[in-house]
Amino acid sequence: MEQILFLFVALVAITGAVYFVFARNPLYAILSLIVVMFSIAGLYILLNAQFLGIVQIIVYAGAIMVLFLYILMMLNLSKEDESKKQNLMKFAGVFSAGLLLISILGAFRGFKVQAVAENVDSSVGLTKNLGRLLFNEYVLPFELASILIFAGIVGAVLIGKKDL
Amino acid sequence: MEGNSFIQVVPLEYFIILCSVLFCLGVLGVLVRKNAIIILGCVELMLNSVNLLLAAFSSYKGDGNGQILVFFIMVVAAAEVAVGLAIIAMMYRNTKSVDISIFNKLRG
Repeated sequence: MEQILFLFVALVAITGAVYFVFARNPLYAILSLIVVMFSIAGLYILLNAQFLGIVQIIVYAGAIMVLFLYILMMLNLSKEDESKKQNLMKFAGVFSAGLLLISILGAFRGFKVQAVAENVDSSVGLTKNLGRLLFNEYVLPFELASILIFAGIVGAVLIGKKDL
Repeated sequence: MEGNSFIQVVPLEYFIILCSVLFCLGVLGVLVRKNAIIILGCVELMLNSVNLLLAAFSSYKGDGNGQILVFFIMVVAAAEVAVGLAIIAMMYRNTKSVDISIFNKLRG
């Protein structure tokens, strides 16, 4: 049952990613990227990493993808105006990405995962446990992350402003 | 306890294969496409596949520290996307296009 569920969600993710890479219309491409983000959130929840699943839905499928769609519609690019790349360059891209996939899978072929221990703690991904970890051991990086976000906001406004 | 039985049933190799395929699709998109927004989305796809693998290793080990790292990666990715899209909007304002073959001024 769990295997069928995993294979279904993985298939949705890979199909969405393939459509995202090859769709001519950028609007449909971004919409299929949203599907990929949701299926990755589903995989997080299958792994019992519920906090990460919810954060994935809120941050990626919610905020970042809406930002992408907003920029896309603001720039009015929905027509297919992408200049054609030569077929040779396209073939070279597909070829080298395939080689990368083969070499990654080949590198993992000899990798033996030891059997999962029976008593693995499956509740590490719950919000309660992660929150305890985040606000005890990782409280300084957490605060620094807020400074980073603030710098990001200022930088985005500074770059986006017309004349400064 | 559903998560526990899922970890027992689905081997970790499945996650390695899935994440490798997603990462290589992201690389393929960066190499093949010319729209700057789509290329930024492909970078996001690669980032997400690596995040998923990190969370999978963390869950199979029963250690929460990896998931904290994934959370921080998401924070940095959000800031990166905001700045990157601002740069793309600026590029569009200057050239009325987001096709990256126009932006070859930095070519040596």
